[in-house]
Amino acid sequence: MTEFFIIAESASQSGIPLGITSGGSWLLRNAWIIPLLPALSFLGILFFGKRMPKKGAELGITAVGAAFVLAVLTGIAWFDHRDNYHGEEAHLAVVASEHHAEEGHSDHEKEHDEHSDYDHGHGHSSLAVSNTVTWFQTNGVDLSVGVLVDGLSVMMLFVVTLISLLVHIYSTDYVGGDRRYTHYFAFLSLFSASMLTLVISENTLQLLVAWELVGVCSFALIGHWWEEKPNSDAALKAFLTNRVGDMGLLVGVTILFFSVGSVLPDTFGSFSIAVTNTVANNGLLSHTALLVAAACLMAAVMSKSGQFFLHTWLPDAMAGPTPVSALIHAATMVVAGVFMIARLYGVFFEGLSIGGSSINLMALVGGITTLVGASLAFVQRDIKKVLAYSTISQLGYMVLALGVGAWTAAVFHLFTHAFFKACLFLGSGSVAHAVHSFDMKSDMGGMRKAMPHTYRTFIIGSIALAGLPPLAGFWSKDEILAGTGGWGLFGGTGGNGAYTLMLVMGMITAALTAAYMTRCVYLTFFGEFRGHGDLHESGPRIVVPLWILAGFAVIAGLFNLPKGFQLVPDSFQERFGHYVEPVAGYFPTIAHATPSWSLAIVSTLIVLGGVTAAWWYYFVKVEAASKAAGKSLTELPNGPTTVYPLAKLIHNLLDKKYYLDHLYTGIIAGGTKGPLARVAYRFNQQVIDGTVDRVGETAVKSGQFVYDKIDQLVVDGAVNTSGRLSSEAGGELRKVQSGKVQSYAAILFAAATVLAGILIVIV
Amino acid sequence: MYLNQFLLLSAVLFAIGVYGVLARRNGVLVLMSIELILNAVNINLVAFAAFRESIPGEVFALFVIAVAAAEVGVGLAMILLLYRNRRNIDLTEIDLMKG
Repeated sequence: MTEFFIIAESASQSGIPLGITSGGSWLLRNAWIIPLLPALSFLGILFFGKRMPKKGAELGITAVGAAFVLAVLTGIAWFDHRDNYHGEEAHLAVVASEHHAEEGHSDHEKEHDEHSDYDHGHGHSSLAVSNTVTWFQTNGVDLSVGVLVDGLSVMMLFVVTLISLLVHIYSTDYVGGDRRYTHYFAFLSLFSASMLTLVISENTLQLLVAWELVGVCSFALIGHWWEEKPNSDAALKAFLTNRVGDMGLLVGVTILFFSVGSVLPDTFGSFSIAVTNTVANNGLLSHTALLVAAACLMAAVMSKSGQFFLHTWLPDAMAGPTPVSALIHAATMVVAGVFMIARLYGVFFEGLSIGGSSINLMALVGGITTLVGASLAFVQRDIKKVLAYSTISQLGYMVLALGVGAWTAAVFHLFTHAFFKACLFLGSGSVAHAVHSFDMKSDMGGMRKAMPHTYRTFIIGSIALAGLPPLAGFWSKDEILAGTGGWGLFGGTGGNGAYTLMLVMGMITAALTAAYMTRCVYLTFFGEFRGHGDLHESGPRIVVPLWILAGFAVIAGLFNLPKGFQLVPDSFQERFGHYVEPVAGYFPTIAHATPSWSLAIVSTLIVLGGVTAAWWYYFVKVEAASKAAGKSLTELPNGPTTVYPLAKLIHNLLDKKYYLDHLYTGIIAGGTKGPLARVAYRFNQQVIDGTVDRVGETAVKSGQFVYDKIDQLVVDGAVNTSGRLSSEAGGELRKVQSGKVQSYAAILFAAATVLAGILIVIV
Repeated sequence: MYLNQFLLLSAVLFAIGVYGVLARRNGVLVLMSIELILNAVNINLVAFAAFRESIPGEVFALFVIAVAAAEVGVGLAMILLLYRNRRNIDLTEIDLMKG
């Protein structure tokens, strides 16, 4: 790596600024300590966990707690670094043909001028801190490992360590007494370590390794209760579906490695994320290579971040313990795909031509996913599945945002979503802890009285998810909608293109989200209790994390108040964007949309519309029907799905999850399996069986012949003779083995003399 | 001084050592004979090193001395144990390994 960095003064003419520095404070350069702590705790729990008083949980909590403190300190160090660091920036020397390089460079300069007004908002450019060591060297390529610390990784470090810590604490109660309690904490630690490694990865190879590691942890934790078949099936499904996408990641990373290498001197490839992005931003790579690489990487995003049509593993992954769902399948691991896009944004931005377009692969995938997820969340009975589909839908929102160029909005949504979705998941776990079931229709209802804390935090999380001001979800969702640039009414909002379709998809999803969360809240907390047993609020180790997350769900949105928001002073606007979004060589120059009051009001009205519709159906109609029927109902006895054929059809389609599972297991897997099996059967009966029969007959005949002539006469004779010979020879040699040391010594010296004699004669 | 003189000395020592190893029945004397053989080798090494002015030969001799010390330590320990158990260190009577 280091050999292609030429420091500013000497080569500012020939090099391209990378936007990274090897300086910076100690905390930023040594961010690798943060993943190291849970990694050590993983080993510690594995080897000593069972012998510890708390069965290893205390080790995991200590390590993650220390990692959290370090992450906070790193964040504070980053604030200072972002504003006050004026060190030397690394430059990249390239060997592309003069013409090509000149052209790329001047393009870049021009773009810079065009967007210089955006840069003012973020102050001077940010320099990410990079610190690497060579892992190994092969064929002149240095493969390094290290950290790339910028606003994005610092934000991820904070989110992952905080939620991991809360989930650890929550788990001590939730899975307390489990037979694989120690094992569970070991894997939580390993997961935290892998995820933290992923977010500070300096190069794509390291990212790939961490990516696979989080996949393994996800597999192990989904299948935590593997004694039941559906759980281990779900774990396998998650793992295999992810493998499909991982192939894309591998291919994409390889393509990038070689294409970047073609423009660097003295080497044929580079995994470095900063170099890859910088080279892509400067137009030095062919558009085709970037397009193919971006498409391959999209496959990885689709599997890991549950994008349509590889999302089917995520709802099944709810078979794992609920804290795992909160940590891995809502707040952290599933956003790895989103993080990867954000990390390699130069590649995606150029490859998919995000700027100045009105549709592209990423935005479309995100848009479809967000609609599919939101619609499927309507028909679930299982509270965790509602949240799982909601997660898919929100992940779709993030990918959509990245697809339309609203980078900060997407990352900000990732940030806020992590808190309120973890809060909702842990809340659903708290409810399930009390009723020992996840089924909202048969075992829940009316739980607000018995579980006041869970109820309140769940409501806060729901409102944040639905996106009502001033809770977290509103601000991030609104930024995404503004970022589509499709709001032409009352003055355009700018942005990278005119993604009106994405705006419409986002609006519809906002309404759907509000409606299905209202349904979920009604079925769980309102009406009369339909289950059995006596209800009780969960203990403090469950309730305290819920309140902390609910607190973040309330205030997280205030970290990025929109630019030009008249109610607060300038210094409170866009703080998140200022510290997280890079203004550097490795980040494309993207346009920023201006937020608009009209859009915010319209989207809020849409959300309220969704809430009202669901409220009217459940809180008014169903409630009244329940009173009339004398028992707590979960839907109208003569509701639209029983009356109108179209509604029935839609309900059926949703209930069967758009038949995607049927498509995969029935049509694709079954379709290949069935004919293949028939052909194989015929082949088996006619060709193989015939051959086997004939071979068998021949073998019997020849066997008889061989036995009579060869075995009895030749083989047995030879065996008997050799046996007799060795027995006699042994008898003779036995005499040499006298047991007397000195006779051995005599033989030794005699042999040495003979050998010496031979040596003299020969030489 | 001729190299021959040293080689002759070393050959004589070696021969005495071999005779001792093969003919003596006392374990301690056999060990001493082994030391004679090793020292014959050492004389060879040092003599050649001195005449050819090469340091590695002398270094090698030092190694041989160190190894010989270790070896004689082990050997004496064995003989001591033999004496404790059998009150006798006659090597011709130790033939438990007879095949």
